[in-house]
Amino acid sequence: MAAPELVIRNARCLGRAVDLLVSDGKVLELTDHAPDRDYGAARTVDAGGAILLPALIDAHTHLREPGFEYKEDIASGLAAAAHGGFGRIMCMANTRPVNDHAPITQAMLGAARKTWPQGPFLHPIGALTKDLKGQELAPMAELAEVGCVAFSNDGLPVADTERFRRAVEYAASVGRPVIDHCEDPHMAPAAGVNEGAISSRLGLRGQPDVAEAVQVARDILLAEYLAIPIHLAHISCIRSLEFIRAAKARGVAVTAETCPHYLLLTEEAVDGYRTEAKVNPPLRTQADLQAMRAAIADGTIDMLATDHAPHAAHEKDVEFDLAPCGISGLDTALPLTWDLVREGVLDEAAFRRLWHERPAEVFGLPANYFRPGDPADFILFDPEARWTLTTETMRSKGKNTPFLGREMRGRCTLLSMAGNVVLG
Amino acid sequence: MEWPHKDLLDVGQLSREEAEHVFRTGRYFQEINARPVKKVPTLKGRTVVLFFAEPSTRTKTSFDMAAKRLSADTFSLAKSGSSLTKGESLKDTAWTLQAMSLDALVIRHQASGAAQYLAERLECSVINAGDGWHAHPTQALLDAFTLYQEWGSVQGKTILILGDIAHSRVARSNVQLLTMLGAKVRLCGPRTLMPSAVGGWPVEVGYNLDEAVRGVDAVMCLRLQLERQTSCLFPDGREYARSYCLGMRHLERANAGAKILHPGPINRGLEISSDVADCPDSLILDQVASGVAVRMALLFLYVTRKEVE
Ligand SMILES: [Zn+2]
Repeated sequence: MAAPELVIRNARCLGRAVDLLVSDGKVLELTDHAPDRDYGAARTVDAGGAILLPALIDAHTHLREPGFEYKEDIASGLAAAAHGGFGRIMCMANTRPVNDHAPITQAMLGAARKTWPQGPFLHPIGALTKDLKGQELAPMAELAEVGCVAFSNDGLPVADTERFRRAVEYAASVGRPVIDHCEDPHMAPAAGVNEGAISSRLGLRGQPDVAEAVQVARDILLAEYLAIPIHLAHISCIRSLEFIRAAKARGVAVTAETCPHYLLLTEEAVDGYRTEAKVNPPLRTQADLQAMRAAIADGTIDMLATDHAPHAAHEKDVEFDLAPCGISGLDTALPLTWDLVREGVLDEAAFRRLWHERPAEVFGLPANYFRPGDPADFILFDPEARWTLTTETMRSKGKNTPFLGREMRGRCTLLSMAGNVVLG
Repeated sequence: MEWPHKDLLDVGQLSREEAEHVFRTGRYFQEINARPVKKVPTLKGRTVVLFFAEPSTRTKTSFDMAAKRLSADTFSLAKSGSSLTKGESLKDTAWTLQAMSLDALVIRHQASGAAQYLAERLECSVINAGDGWHAHPTQALLDAFTLYQEWGSVQGKTILILGDIAHSRVARSNVQLLTMLGAKVRLCGPRTLMPSAVGGWPVEVGYNLDEAVRGVDAVMCLRLQLERQTSCLFPDGREYARSYCLGMRHLERANAGAKILHPGPINRGLEISSDVADCPDSLILDQVASGVAVRMALLFLYVTRKEVE
């Protein structure tokens, strides 16, 4: 056996102490930790008992380049990804210009390769329709050819069911999945607050959960009728979960994601007109939160995604109605959701499924199950490291998060992509 | 009583005792307003800025008069351009105001939460003169004050608030204040004009005016924005008036001598019929007079408050 180029010693993996041997950018072997064994590796890292996880994949990120580099650019977004434990991120098309033709995709990929050549890797998502207008189809075949892994009008959902149907069919012929931002755009679009007790008290126009669920139901009916899978983005409420659960039970090929904030915060977080908790879909009720937690554990929700939506400070420092929606999420997703493992909501295997295995399967990205020959895409995570989230400790340009000032537990200490140690 | 609050953002900040202290102070100023010389030197040398980002002649005049009768200097801050498309505007306004070293800011703004936004950033007292659909605490206080003048208290009285509840800051503040003061509050209007979470409010809700008006001691009509018909909230003014315009025939079902209130300006024949608006039990003009006295009381209490550490 050739000597491994990299060995991680004394890591914890699903509860056991392990050594990971990497050769030629791939997993050579994951073996029981042997303190006295000399692997003859070119480089050895003592993990000191840190947790070994596959590098997280974020299927839903907004990087603002091109067009809004003051909010985030590809380099700063990838920096936040690397420090947050993400090896691959999929970026949405709502840039300016919109990612609806090949040169935009190529420019994005070029910027990523130039700034972070060894990873984290960028996987652009192409627009479903030109300029996200919901009218003409985007040139999906060309976009797929240059590297778009999926198609979505995220942010501006396609209300017209006939046009959405054709877009889903066309994407299927290109062989790429469609991600739908589920929101009936006529019902209080991007209100940023749930319609209910808080919106009624604060005198804000709220968005009801049926605005999401009605489009979830539509997408399920279409996926079933067309026999084409559709991926449902950032699911937030019980009503949607009921449709998804029933659809999966009868074999409809829908998949779904949710985001850390829907598992940790309720509509109460916007009380006092807190714009940093203004997000679309809005934060829901305690009952929704509990149901979302159950749904990530039982597989109704396939994967977690950040919906990383960075904004400049001055854009959020306004009246609630005027503030843009979005939470900057790449820096915080890993420690925040690891808290759910600590609380027993998830086990480590489910955590790996939600943040790596399912997104890799659904979007056709390389997956690491730590079997020999799998890509050596992994992180070391120190679950006990304590740090405080401040504007200084965040790598993203977007400091817009309701978790600012919170003490975080756990941090990514090493990121390896294809055996290259990118961080650590 | 030492006034413990820096700002008046909504009536929920006040205890019953504090609200009644406002009324007692208001009664004192009401007496001053009945004198030939209506000016007292209480706030001489103090500066009150009136920032009305959304037009309102009535409330602005009422505050201006209240401040001037207390001998305060008042300045109006004009809001350049009515459309709020640039987000920086309120923040820039805050910096400008902070530099002016004023004693109180009276703000009317179309965005819910705008008063709180400024209160969190300014050292002076901020008095909310209406923010979006959220709150209109001085209106609620003057409404309750008007009823106290009639009844001495609202304890045990049943008060019907009629009309567009969902988009009404007057209704929100009155529900909070009147229930705190011991009144029973009933709401009536079409379902489209009710807040979504009204079921959790401490009120009775009805959609039929003939039933809702039965046994009430006062009816508070709200102003209806006819523009809302284009958002499918009601068909048109005529159809609305058929069901919800308060007429004499409704008052026959109310308790004898039931009082009529309206924050003004009135759409006669839409929310309220002319004969009801002008009837002997109408307190609509008393509300205007009460407004000046209550706002004098509030300016006095907030501007001369003792800073509590
Ligand atoms: Zn979205």
